[in-house]
Amino acid sequence: MNTNAVRAVSLKKVAISFGIGQRNQFDAVVETDLEVGEHEFVAIVGPTGCGKSTLLNAAAGLLAPASGSVEVFGTPLKGINRQAGYLFQQDAMMPWKTVEENVALGLEVAGTKKAEARASARQWLARVGLAAFADRYPLKLSGGQRKRVGLAQVLIRNPKLLLMDEPFGPLDAQTRLLMGDLLLKLWSEDRKAVMFVTHDLDEAIALADRIVIMSAGPRSRIIGNFTVPLPRPRDIAEIRHDPHFIGLHRDIWRALRDEVMKAYRDTPEGEQ
Amino acid sequence: MRRSYLLALQVLVAVVVLVLWHLASSTHVFGNPKTISFFFANPIGVGQKIYTWFVSGSIWYHLWVTLLEALLAFVIGALGGIVFGFWFARKPLVAAVFDPYVKAANALPRVVLAPIFALWFGLGIWSKVALGITLVFFIVFFNVYQGVKEVSQTVLSNGRMLGMGERQLLRHVYLPSALSWVFSSLHTSVGFAVVGAVVGEYLGSSAGLGYLIQQAEGVFDVTGVFAGMFVLMAFVLIVDWLMTVVERRLLVWREA
Repeated sequence: MNTNAVRAVSLKKVAISFGIGQRNQFDAVVETDLEVGEHEFVAIVGPTGCGKSTLLNAAAGLLAPASGSVEVFGTPLKGINRQAGYLFQQDAMMPWKTVEENVALGLEVAGTKKAEARASARQWLARVGLAAFADRYPLKLSGGQRKRVGLAQVLIRNPKLLLMDEPFGPLDAQTRLLMGDLLLKLWSEDRKAVMFVTHDLDEAIALADRIVIMSAGPRSRIIGNFTVPLPRPRDIAEIRHDPHFIGLHRDIWRALRDEVMKAYRDTPEGEQ
Repeated sequence: MRRSYLLALQVLVAVVVLVLWHLASSTHVFGNPKTISFFFANPIGVGQKIYTWFVSGSIWYHLWVTLLEALLAFVIGALGGIVFGFWFARKPLVAAVFDPYVKAANALPRVVLAPIFALWFGLGIWSKVALGITLVFFIVFFNVYQGVKEVSQTVLSNGRMLGMGERQLLRHVYLPSALSWVFSSLHTSVGFAVVGAVVGEYLGSSAGLGYLIQQAEGVFDVTGVFAGMFVLMAFVLIVDWLMTVVERRLLVWREA
């Protein structure tokens, strides 16, 4: 990678721990270096409990690293990352606000006039195919529809960096494919920097420019780095049959397999 | 089950009870009707009493007084509960320090406070309002405390990532979350506001439904007592129905 290129995120020797005191301390992530280019889509893949989400929260400014530095567009991160939009794995909308109110929220708290924010929200709802659902409440939507609203809620603020924490994890297989297509379509318009956490290798290869593999936790770190040479635009459903896809999948799985087995072995029965 | 069918069954229960009551108090089927109607009054007498109250209009004043007391108790108690619930939930040290005192105060049966309140606030409406407040406050307080404590961490994080500061989080996340808990306890807290008003009136007052019942008891006017109880029941039912309507409006976002 060109050293002069703008980095959306730059993690240097980042370590993140939970708990206080020598005995209770849990080192989730250690010695992690990760750079994400200005227009780069990076997927972070690893076994369950490897600290992928922890790394994402550090980039979001929701978690402060125990050591190391987090830089966002060249500036050290302090507090919440204002340049970033975060799509959560769990439901994150305000259930007491309508879909339109939820989407407009990011603009309204930033001081945009209400009418303007609402108009923009309706535009975004149309773009994610939910124009007819503006007045519904989130709890009355399906899982896939909620994710679309979440996407609109995040993108309306036009963040320069997108952080996504297994966003399509809870969805069924078909809906995941549709959501992946929608994401790529929206992303291709301005190619924001993306950090996309997933445990689904197929999803990672289909979406990303680059895939980073993390080792099993605790004390997980980055153990692999693969560029995805597949051309864009991509058709997520079709690309799985591409020989390059299959070859890449084999290579990455080789690196990942031992870690998945390790994570599986180390996890007590009940937590599977 | 069809709605009309259910309603018919419900009305049937009332009719059966009234008929049995009438038979017991006017025929020899269940014993001496004189004794029975002395202890239980009779439905026709009770009906006539209620009819006279409403026709002469004398009941409206008492209903209004009880309603006003309950309303004031609810509004003041709920506001206090919201403010303190928030404060305690946001300041764990305050909550920890006052925890035993809050529990002790809530454990106290409120009836014993009624004479004290009568002494402090006189026999007018405010001693009843105070009694209602002590009941409503704790229900709302505990609900708001819970509501603020149990705000989803994901929703909070999302709010922060969407650019909210502490005040905006309060307005868009904490407050609606706490209020949804308050609304879902609306039936209980409004019910207790009425209880506070009536018990206060019963123990010393010059107006209200509790006063009406107490006056009738004072002269062994069983018909008056029963008539007062029925008016009170109808009153509570109407208030409860109103709360259901309000709740449905306010919690429209809840999962069906």
